[in-house]
Amino acid sequence: MHTAGCDILSDKKYKMETNELNAWFGSFQAIKNVSMKIRGNLTTAIIGPSGCGKSTLIRCLNRMHEVTPKARAKGRVLLDGEDIYSRDVDPVEIRRKVGMVFQKPNPFPTMSVFDNVAFGLRANGIRDEEFITKQVERSLRQAALWKEVEDNLDGCGAGISGGQQQRLCIARALAIEPEVVLMDEPCSALDPIATSKIEDLIFDLKEHYTVIIVTHNMQQAARVADYTAFMYLGELIEYSKTKRIFENPEEELTEKYITGRFG
Amino acid sequence: MIYGNLKVRKLKDRLAYAIALLCVFAAAVPLISILLDVLVKGLPQFSVEFFTSELPSPGTGEPGGIGPAMIGSMYVIMIGSAIGIPIGIFSGIYVSEYGNNWFGRSVRFLTEVLSGLPSIVVGIFAFLLLVLGLGGPTAYAGGFALSIIMVPVVSRSTEESLKLVPNTIREASLALGVPRWKTTLNVVLSHGRAGIITGVILSIARIAGESAPLLLTVGWSPFVQTSISEPISTMPVLIYLYGTSPYENWINVAWGTSAFLVIFILSLSIGVRLLTRGKFAYSRL
Repeated sequence: MHTAGCDILSDKKYKMETNELNAWFGSFQAIKNVSMKIRGNLTTAIIGPSGCGKSTLIRCLNRMHEVTPKARAKGRVLLDGEDIYSRDVDPVEIRRKVGMVFQKPNPFPTMSVFDNVAFGLRANGIRDEEFITKQVERSLRQAALWKEVEDNLDGCGAGISGGQQQRLCIARALAIEPEVVLMDEPCSALDPIATSKIEDLIFDLKEHYTVIIVTHNMQQAARVADYTAFMYLGELIEYSKTKRIFENPEEELTEKYITGRFG
Repeated sequence: MIYGNLKVRKLKDRLAYAIALLCVFAAAVPLISILLDVLVKGLPQFSVEFFTSELPSPGTGEPGGIGPAMIGSMYVIMIGSAIGIPIGIFSGIYVSEYGNNWFGRSVRFLTEVLSGLPSIVVGIFAFLLLVLGLGGPTAYAGGFALSIIMVPVVSRSTEESLKLVPNTIREASLALGVPRWKTTLNVVLSHGRAGIITGVILSIARIAGESAPLLLTVGWSPFVQTSISEPISTMPVLIYLYGTSPYENWINVAWGTSAFLVIFILSLSIGVRLLTRGKFAYSRL
């Protein structure tokens, strides 16, 4: 739909881009020919009713889609102009650059708060404990969690509240300094106070990262996103500036969804 | 009367309850009487000498001890564990983490078959392969036979406990750019650790009492052996040989050994239960 202008691939403004992306679970096609360009250091929201493929779409952006049994994807996904689905690319490398926060907070329950954040660094071969300590503090500060856990770094990662756990997962994703942070309905399991904390956080994150957030909640998209994409039944229906999507959508379907007439 | 006779229904309920209770007793009474019998006849044999002395000569009336048989059992259990535990754990990991294909499913099916194999068959296999093949009964032939019994137990319990690890935990690690094998090693295994350790301990309890494979493989020696390529005495074989002998002091030693084996195996099982009880049991293991 918005494929025009493939010749400006090298344009630095675009951090990621999908090109005729299709994704399947077995024989069910979850994503149909989605092409969209995502700008760097901004927040892009993907909205749409349940089952429209928005989670699948962002899981294609760091090659997590293929982790699900029988799932496959076809098409191109560019990160800084390089196709992450090309044959010589290791998905492990991509996931270091494109981090992910999941719907349900999923801290490692056998690890302490500190070890949760440090895990990505240690597992990627970093042994310098001084650097790890610094990086853990920096990430926890960025995730607006430091003040709440600084006295409890050795406490169990699963022993803190749900909202704190989700910020812990964000800190864990930030610790390895990704370039893009994908968030799959990060607030859907949280109460309004925890949600507003995470929304503030998302707002701050775009200074250093490109944020792509899937959300059920249209108000949330309106609050945090610079650009918004609306998906329906696996297709990208409309994609433009958030203000425009919410105030003056081009497509009738978008308008219906925004105004709550279906979905 | 849509509901039938209430009195008859109550009577049926009582009857079903009584039958169930009766079956519980039918199951529990033999078990408890075996335990009591073994403990009553075996416990009086316990003394320092009993656990340290050489095996007694037959019919002399001297009490003797089971030192060599305990050490022999320790040998075969350790050899069995050294072979069986790693193979069991790694095949369990394979089936759980990488086995979502025909090969994984066949491996799981084979471990099921293997766990149903009569232990005497395992014994005859080890006998043909190692005793006849390498010239005589040895401790390692017994250990090898026990490891075959151990592998399916450890493999199944590893697989089951790794299957309980939520997928979100695996995904959390993979999404941090951590390779699959490191995810398995650092995240999945540490999460399923309690279950794996439980399985390992229970498998040790299982082989500690195995007798059929040992009867065919380890032979007998009344002395403490320092080499694993010699025949040795083990507790199950001792119970068989001494318990069926006509000498009273041997029969007493067999009772004592039975009591010791039962206590050893029970304490392993009960210890595991206690250790893995509660929500955060993994932090204790």
